[in-house]
Amino acid sequence: MKVSLVVNGAPREVEGGPLRRLLDVLREDLALTGTKEGCGEGECGACTVLIDGEPVNSCLVPLAQAAGREVRTVEALASGELLTDLQEALVRCGGTQCGICTPGIAVCATAALAREPGADRLRLRELLAGNLCRCTGYQLVIDAVAEVVARRADATDAGAAPPLPARTAPTAPGQAGPGVGSRGAAP
Amino acid sequence: MIGLGERVGASPPRVDGAAKVTGAARYVDDLQPPGCLVGRTVRSRVAHGVLRALERDPGFDWSDVTFVTAADVPGRNVVTLIEDDQPVLVPVGGTIRHHDEAVALVAAPTKEKAEAARAAVRLVVDPLPAIFTLDDALRAEVKLHGQDNVFKRFEVTRGDDVERALAACDVVVEGVYETGAQEQMYIEPQGMLAAWEGDTCHVTGSLQCPYYVHKALKVTLGLPAERVVITQAVTGGGFGGKEEYPSMIGAHAALLARAAGRPVKVVYERDEDVAATTKRHPSRVRHRLGLAKDGRMLAADVDVLFDGGAYATLTQVVLSRGVLHAAGPYRIPTVRIVGRALATNHPPHGAFRGFGAPQTTFAYERQTAKAARALGMDPVALRRLNLYRDGDVTATGQTLRGSVAAHPTLDRVVAQLEQPPPAGRRTLPQAPHVKRGRGVATYFHGSGFTGSGEERLKGQATVAVAADGVLEVRAGSTDMGQGATTTFAQIAATALDVHVSQVRVAQPSTDKVPDSGPTVASRTCMIVGGLVDQAARAVRSKLEAFAAEVGLAADDPARGDLPALARRWAAARGELAETHTYRPPAGIRWDDQTYRGDAYPVFGWAACAVDVAVDTDTWEVVVERCVHAVDVGKAINPTIVQGQIDGGTVQALGWALWESVQYREGKVLNDRMTNCIIPTAIEAPELETLLVEEPYAHGPFGAKGVGEIPMDGPGAAVASAVEDALGVAMDELPLLPEVVHRRVRAGRAGGAA
Ligand code: FES
Ligand code: FES
Repeated sequence: MKVSLVVNGAPREVEGGPLRRLLDVLREDLALTGTKEGCGEGECGACTVLIDGEPVNSCLVPLAQAAGREVRTVEALASGELLTDLQEALVRCGGTQCGICTPGIAVCATAALAREPGADRLRLRELLAGNLCRCTGYQLVIDAVAEVVARRADATDAGAAPPLPARTAPTAPGQAGPGVGSRGAAP
Repeated sequence: MIGLGERVGASPPRVDGAAKVTGAARYVDDLQPPGCLVGRTVRSRVAHGVLRALERDPGFDWSDVTFVTAADVPGRNVVTLIEDDQPVLVPVGGTIRHHDEAVALVAAPTKEKAEAARAAVRLVVDPLPAIFTLDDALRAEVKLHGQDNVFKRFEVTRGDDVERALAACDVVVEGVYETGAQEQMYIEPQGMLAAWEGDTCHVTGSLQCPYYVHKALKVTLGLPAERVVITQAVTGGGFGGKEEYPSMIGAHAALLARAAGRPVKVVYERDEDVAATTKRHPSRVRHRLGLAKDGRMLAADVDVLFDGGAYATLTQVVLSRGVLHAAGPYRIPTVRIVGRALATNHPPHGAFRGFGAPQTTFAYERQTAKAARALGMDPVALRRLNLYRDGDVTATGQTLRGSVAAHPTLDRVVAQLEQPPPAGRRTLPQAPHVKRGRGVATYFHGSGFTGSGEERLKGQATVAVAADGVLEVRAGSTDMGQGATTTFAQIAATALDVHVSQVRVAQPSTDKVPDSGPTVASRTCMIVGGLVDQAARAVRSKLEAFAAEVGLAADDPARGDLPALARRWAAARGELAETHTYRPPAGIRWDDQTYRGDAYPVFGWAACAVDVAVDTDTWEVVVERCVHAVDVGKAINPTIVQGQIDGGTVQALGWALWESVQYREGKVLNDRMTNCIIPTAIEAPELETLLVEEPYAHGPFGAKGVGEIPMDGPGAAVASAVEDALGVAMDELPLLPEVVHRRVRAGRAGGAA
């Protein structure tokens, strides 16, 4: 059957049985390979896309269910070369390593920031709990997203973004000093 | 000139970061050459038996299916590694040695057709009795390897007779420690893509060690070196799991592509990856530690058993590292360590971050905690009394010469614990049914290959002015997420005094980069990074001499503009390549026969403290605080280094609390992410990662290895913390709720643990 949907702003018509996975349609038919497959059963979140603004695991979405809906993938977050504040923070803070989980995390966090702009760290962890990452231990991912929360809040308060925080350097043995992370020392 | 924010010691963003956050980075499954077929593997499905026949369903449409068996292997049917005992495909008449062995291959135009074809192959097998436990392997009623099922035995001794020394101690602490199989669970499953161009085989894939695959495929395909080209695609995590298994998948893809005359991609499904590829060795370690009343450690007797699985693969090297770390970072005058790896009918166990050291570290750090309790001493004070200092001698007789940070890492952890815990952490409520405890661990990890390994390996790296005039780093070391590309770029940029963006790091491909040795063993930054540094300096002096030759005045600013000079060189003279080969520092001695001498060029050091809360209704363990100080020599890029430590720490917490691959009769029961669980962002605690820099004189800018050490110790710290909370010995991992509950019940029944 033929199915019409809107992908990254453009109307598309794709072919396939009603049970064909949206993930395969995106990757195989539309060459949108930024959406990844880590498990194929809704556990890892690497295949996260937005459908009408809601994050979903595209490996669990049958094509029929995507008919007429608006799908947004990781490829449509940045505008050209210009990364979003979240993407920029993920790179700068060390929130991506091997990167296979990163598209899913970027998509999911984009939705989370829109829905809960005031989320604290613990809440951010809950919102990202469906996205497995085996490399980072999540620390620098949460640092990056929390930083975006803070900067957007400041921007709303002050009408302008504050300067980027400096990352601290490690210390030599015996020297007292903060850790490398943003919360190595006590708040 | 290079910006301060890019030099070694600063944290410029990863060079591959933008491609990864936008989805532009291309992993192997994102590559789709025209006409590419989907490859699938037919597996044994019995743990031990003789393969009598392979039958293809005559009713199935095989017209567009490529079918490959052992008979189609043009070279030798082995996966070349240390011992050539593992077949690429089990031949008819041959022996199946585990449940997930490859016996045949199919390729078809679509996934659905390939799946159907796989299901249309039937195996006729005469089953044989099998071995699934260490005890059955030791009994050797069934013989899988030699007469005793021992793949490898190592012994390290120091000082007097250990029995006599233990008899003379005031206190002897004894324990038996068990750990399970742990899956690497990289989020990108394994996969390789093969395509033939004439009689040359090109294989691209998710892998750590292109030259391992190269070496193996030459043998399997019977081809000379130059007709096999292995290229690394962007790789979605490895952690050791993509060290040697890609040789198997690469061979499969190459055989299918050869038979089909078209490109073939073999990408594993998650369940297949968990079941068939290598995992961390399950272990049992018996440990006796003797001490004087004042807390001095006097003697240690350690017996290490690893379940090697069905084939030798890398097991002996893993065992070696486990044995060499088994006495811990403590001054102990009398030591005996015996390690044995046993053959079973499990799929082969193999490399996983830490490489044998986490298992033995778990044992010696649990022993240290128990010794402190037996002596009524503070566990930190006991460690301070015994931890190595510069000039001390290890169990193999290695005198530590510089870069010893056992005490500084512990001091940093102790100081951090005096600070309030981080905001936003997850805690259990304060309630009578919630018990709390703290555990500490101190440990070390040898950087680089064991003993004479680096000398034999002779790793190489090149810095070049490429034909297009760009400064280029060429190394066979891969980036599987750990940041090797950025680290190399930063080292070269600093040595050349140019921007990171002015250095290109070549994609590792065996026809373009030299063999730097495998991307393992915490050696990439320290060993290969050092070669990059030297080669870059050589290129710089050549270009500076060139500037003088072409008549640039000494004060001409163009003389300092290396990228411009490089372009000029390329235009005038073509390529300039400086290749450096690793030479161990003078004075390193190692004897492979006696296992004595300098086991590693240098060690990294670490200390970890973990606070847990245990809900005694559900037996859930929550890590409320995790402070981890790691000595890395020099952090080339502190953000990347922190990321390595954070990630390793959470993998270690996963191993401690949740992660265990369960076998029944050699079959993996939990082969999916839903039941083979790894920590999510909720279980992972707010990490307090602290970097300590005790420079290593022979590492680039002082750097040592960092990749593995964070995996070694948190497991023991967690177990000691749970024991502290509940007053019952926790001598196995993972501490799943049912395990904690069982131990508490047994502890109550049997009195004090
Ligand atoms: S691939 Fe969809 S959740 Fe893992
Ligand atoms: S960065 Fe590798 S899985 Fe997240």
